[in-house]
Amino acid sequence: MIPISYYLFLALTLFTLGMVGVMIRRNIIIMLMCVELMLNSVNLLLVAFSKMHHAKNPGTDAGIDGQMMVLFIMVVAAAEVAVGLSIMILFYRKQYNVDVRNLNRLKH
Amino acid sequence: MEKYIWLILLLPLVGFFINGLGREKLSKQAIAFIASGLVLGSFILSILVFLEVPSGKDAQPLIFDAFYIFNLETLKVPFSVQIDALTSLFMLIITGVGFLIHVYSAGYMAEDKGFGRFFSYLNLFIFSMLLLVMGSNFLMMFFGWELVGLCSYLLIGFWYKKRDYVDAAKKAFVMNRIGDIGFLLAMFWIWKEFGTLQYTEVFAAVSTGQLTAFAVGGITLLLFLAATGKSAQIPLFTWLPDAMAGPTPVSALIHAATMVTAGIFMITRCNELFELASYTREIIAWVGILTALVTATIAIRQNDIKKVLAYSTVSQLGLMFAALGMGAYVAAVFHVLTHAFFKALLFLGAGSVIHGMDGEQDMTKMGGLKEKMPTTHITMLIACLAIAGIPPLSGFFSKDEMLLSMFLGNKVIYIIGFIVSVLTAFYMFRLYFMTFGGELREKEAKVHESPKVMTVPLIVLAILSATAGFIGIPAAFAKNAHKLNDFLAGVVSESGEAHAISLTTEFLLMGALLGSVIVVILLAKKMYTGKVDATSTGLMKVFENKWYVDEIYNALIVKPTVGIGNGFKKYVEKGGIVKAVAGVGTMSYYFSSKAKSVQTGNIGMYVLLMVIGVVAGLGIFFLGIL
Amino acid sequence: MSTAEILFFVLAGLTVLSALLTISSKSPVHSILFLIVTFFSISAHYILLNAQFLAVVNIIVYGGAIMVLFLFVVMLMNLNKEDAKFSKPFIILVGSLASVIFFVLTAGIFVKSDITVNNQALLYSGDIGLTERLGEVLYSDYVVPFELASILFMAAMIGAVLLSKKKKEEELES
Repeated sequence: MIPISYYLFLALTLFTLGMVGVMIRRNIIIMLMCVELMLNSVNLLLVAFSKMHHAKNPGTDAGIDGQMMVLFIMVVAAAEVAVGLSIMILFYRKQYNVDVRNLNRLKH
Repeated sequence: MEKYIWLILLLPLVGFFINGLGREKLSKQAIAFIASGLVLGSFILSILVFLEVPSGKDAQPLIFDAFYIFNLETLKVPFSVQIDALTSLFMLIITGVGFLIHVYSAGYMAEDKGFGRFFSYLNLFIFSMLLLVMGSNFLMMFFGWELVGLCSYLLIGFWYKKRDYVDAAKKAFVMNRIGDIGFLLAMFWIWKEFGTLQYTEVFAAVSTGQLTAFAVGGITLLLFLAATGKSAQIPLFTWLPDAMAGPTPVSALIHAATMVTAGIFMITRCNELFELASYTREIIAWVGILTALVTATIAIRQNDIKKVLAYSTVSQLGLMFAALGMGAYVAAVFHVLTHAFFKALLFLGAGSVIHGMDGEQDMTKMGGLKEKMPTTHITMLIACLAIAGIPPLSGFFSKDEMLLSMFLGNKVIYIIGFIVSVLTAFYMFRLYFMTFGGELREKEAKVHESPKVMTVPLIVLAILSATAGFIGIPAAFAKNAHKLNDFLAGVVSESGEAHAISLTTEFLLMGALLGSVIVVILLAKKMYTGKVDATSTGLMKVFENKWYVDEIYNALIVKPTVGIGNGFKKYVEKGGIVKAVAGVGTMSYYFSSKAKSVQTGNIGMYVLLMVIGVVAGLGIFFLGIL
Repeated sequence: MSTAEILFFVLAGLTVLSALLTISSKSPVHSILFLIVTFFSISAHYILLNAQFLAVVNIIVYGGAIMVLFLFVVMLMNLNKEDAKFSKPFIILVGSLASVIFFVLTAGIFVKSDITVNNQALLYSGDIGLTERLGEVLYSDYVVPFELASILFMAAMIGAVLLSKKKKEEELES
C-alpha cells in the first residue's frame, strides 16, 4: 500500500516533462511524442486513483471506471496519432521539412 | 366678442393652407377670391371689434384665453389675445389695407406662375401680423414678430430664380434676426424682473415703481434694438431698400403699411415702460431723426421709382420714432395710420406705372404719363400731396402733430425734422414730375392704363389718404375734436400733454412748414419736368451712393465674419475636427496593426503561450485557496 | 521500506529518467526509443497496481503500434539530417520556468487539499484490473462508448488513408 501522493507526484513530473518537451522541441514528430507522454502520465494517475477507490471498498467494482477511462484514452490516442501523422506526411511532401516554424499559414 | 375674435386670426391662416396646398390645382380666380374673401371677412370682423372695443380714458383691455403655451410653476404664458383701442386700430389697418392689396395683386400678379404661392404667403403674412398686434403677452408678439420676418423673407425672394433677389431676402432676414436678439434678451430680462410676460401684469408692476433705472434702461434699449431691426432704423436699415426686389404689392403691404410699423406698435404698447426710461427715449429720438435725415438725402438722388419710395418709408419711420422719443405716442400712431394709406397708395401706384410700362422701373425713362394713365396719375398726385403735408389731406395733420411734439421736446431735433419734411416734399414731387410730367423719354414704350382690379384699390386708398386726417384735428383748429386722442387715451399713458404753447407759435410753425413745402414743390417742378439729373458729383454723389453704408458694412462686418468663418473652416474644422474624427480610425488601424503581430502563425509560440495561460490560471486558483 | 516501495521508487526513477532523455535527445530515433522505454516502465507500474489488462494493452498499443508508426514515419522522412532541433534559448528558458511554476503550483494545490491524507493505493490485489472484470463491465455498462470507439477508429482509418493518398499527377510524375 503506497500513499497516493507518490503517484500524484510521479504523474505530475511526467506531465511537466511532457509539457516542457512540447515547448522546446522544433520537430513536430517529437512534439507529438511528448503529447503522448503527457497522455500516458494521465493514464497512470487514473489507474492509481482507481486502485485508491478500490482500496476503500474492496470486493466491489468501485474504481473500475478509472481503468475504463484509461482504455478509452488509449483508443483516442491511437486514432489521433494515426491521423496526425498522415497530416505530417502531407506537410512533409510540400516542404521536405518538419520544422514547426514553417507551419505558419495562420500568420496575419 | 368672444365668438368671432378667434375667427379674425383663423381666417387668413385657413387661406394660407388652402392656397398653399392647392396652388397648382385651383384656378387663379378661385385662389384670388378665397384669399381676398377671407381677408375681407377678417376686416369686417375687425370693424365689429372696433365698434365694441372699450376706449377712452379708463378703458380696460379685453383678454381672451385659448390655451397655455407654457404652464410651469415659474412661467405661465397663455395663448391669448388682448383687445384694446390700440390693437383694434392696428387690426383695421392690417386687414383693411391688406384686403385692398389682395385685390390689387389679383391684377398685378395675373401673369405670374407663382400666383397661388403668392396669395398663400400674403395670407400667412396677414395672420402673422394680426398675431403680433393681438397677442396679450411678449411671447405672442415675438411669435408674430418672427413670423412676419419669415413672410418678409419668403415674399422678397418670391422670384427665387434670381440670385440678387434671394440675396436681398437673406439680407432682410439676417438684419431682422440681429434685432430679434434684442427682443429675446428683453423678454428674458422682463421675465427675470417680473416673473410674467403678460402685458397687463407687467405694466401693473411697472407702475408700482420697483424697477431699477438700470433695468428699465436695459429693457427698453433692447426693445428698441429689436425695433431698429424690424422698422429699419440706423444701423439696421439697409435691408429695406434692397427689399424692393420683391413684387410691388409686397412692398406696399409689408414694407410700407404694416410690418415696418411693428416697431412703433411695440414701443407704443410698452409706453408705460418707455415713459420711465428718459435716456432711452433720448436715444430713440436721435436715432430716428438721424435716420430720417440720412435717408431723405439719399432719396433725392435715386432714379428707381421703388427705391425712392423705400427710402421715403425709412425716412417717415424715422420721424415716427423721433416723435416716440418725445413721448408723443398718439402722434406716432396717427402718422402710422395716415402713412399706411398714402404710402400703400404710392407703392401701388408705382406698381401700376411699372405694370403700365411693362416692367420698367427707371424714372429716367418715364415721363408724360399724365395723359396715358389718368387714374394712376390723379391718385398718385393725391398721395404726393398727402405725404408732403398739404392741408387738408391727412399727412398735414399727422406730420404737424409730430413736429409739434419735437418742437416742445428738443429744438434741434425739430429743426432737423423740419428739414426732413421739406426734403420729403422735394423728392416726392421730383418723383411725380419725372414720372408724370413732361414727355415720355422712352419713346418706344407702349404705355397702357392698368385694369380696374388694380385701379379701384388706388381710388379707395386715395379717398382714405385725403380724409383720414380728420380724426385727429388738433386743438388749434377746433376744441375737443382730436378723436384719436380720446380713442387711445386708455392705452397711452400720457397722450397729448398739455400744450404749453401759444396758438400763435403753433400757427407760425405750421405756416412756415407749409410755405417751405410749397416753395420746394415749385422748385421740383422747375427742375424735373422733362429733365433728369446730370451725373452727380461731390455731396450729391455721396447721396446717390447711399452714403456708402452698404460698402462700409461689407468691409467692417461682412468680410471679417466671413474671414473668421473661413479660418474656422480651414483650421478648426479641417485641421482639428476632421482630423480628430478620422484620427480615431487611423489610430485604431495603427494599434490593430501593432496588435496583429501577435498572430505569428508560429505554433510553438502558441503552445508556449497556452502553457503560460494555464499556469497563470492555476496561480490564481492557488492564490485563492491560500 | 517494503518491497512495494522499493519497486515503486525504482520504476518511478526509470520512468522519469527515460522521459527526460526523450525530450532532450538530439536524434529523433533516440527519442523514440527512450519513449518506448518509458512506456514499458509505465506498464510495469500497471502490473504493480494489478491492472494487468491495461498493462498488456499499453505495451501492445503504445509500444507496439504507435511507436512503431512513429519510427516508420521518422525513417521515411529521413529526419536525422535535421540541424536545429531545439528552440531558441529564450524560449527554452521561459518554457522551463513556466513548467516549474506549474509543477510548484499544482503540487501546492495537492498538498493543501486533503486528498493525500490517509489515501492509499491498493497494490498486488484487487479484481478490477483483471481481464474478466473489465470485459464484463465493458460489454454491459460501457457498451455505447465501445461501439462509438469503433466508429471513431473507422473514421480515423478513412482519414488516414485519404490524407496520404498521392494525387494521380504526382504518381505519373514520380
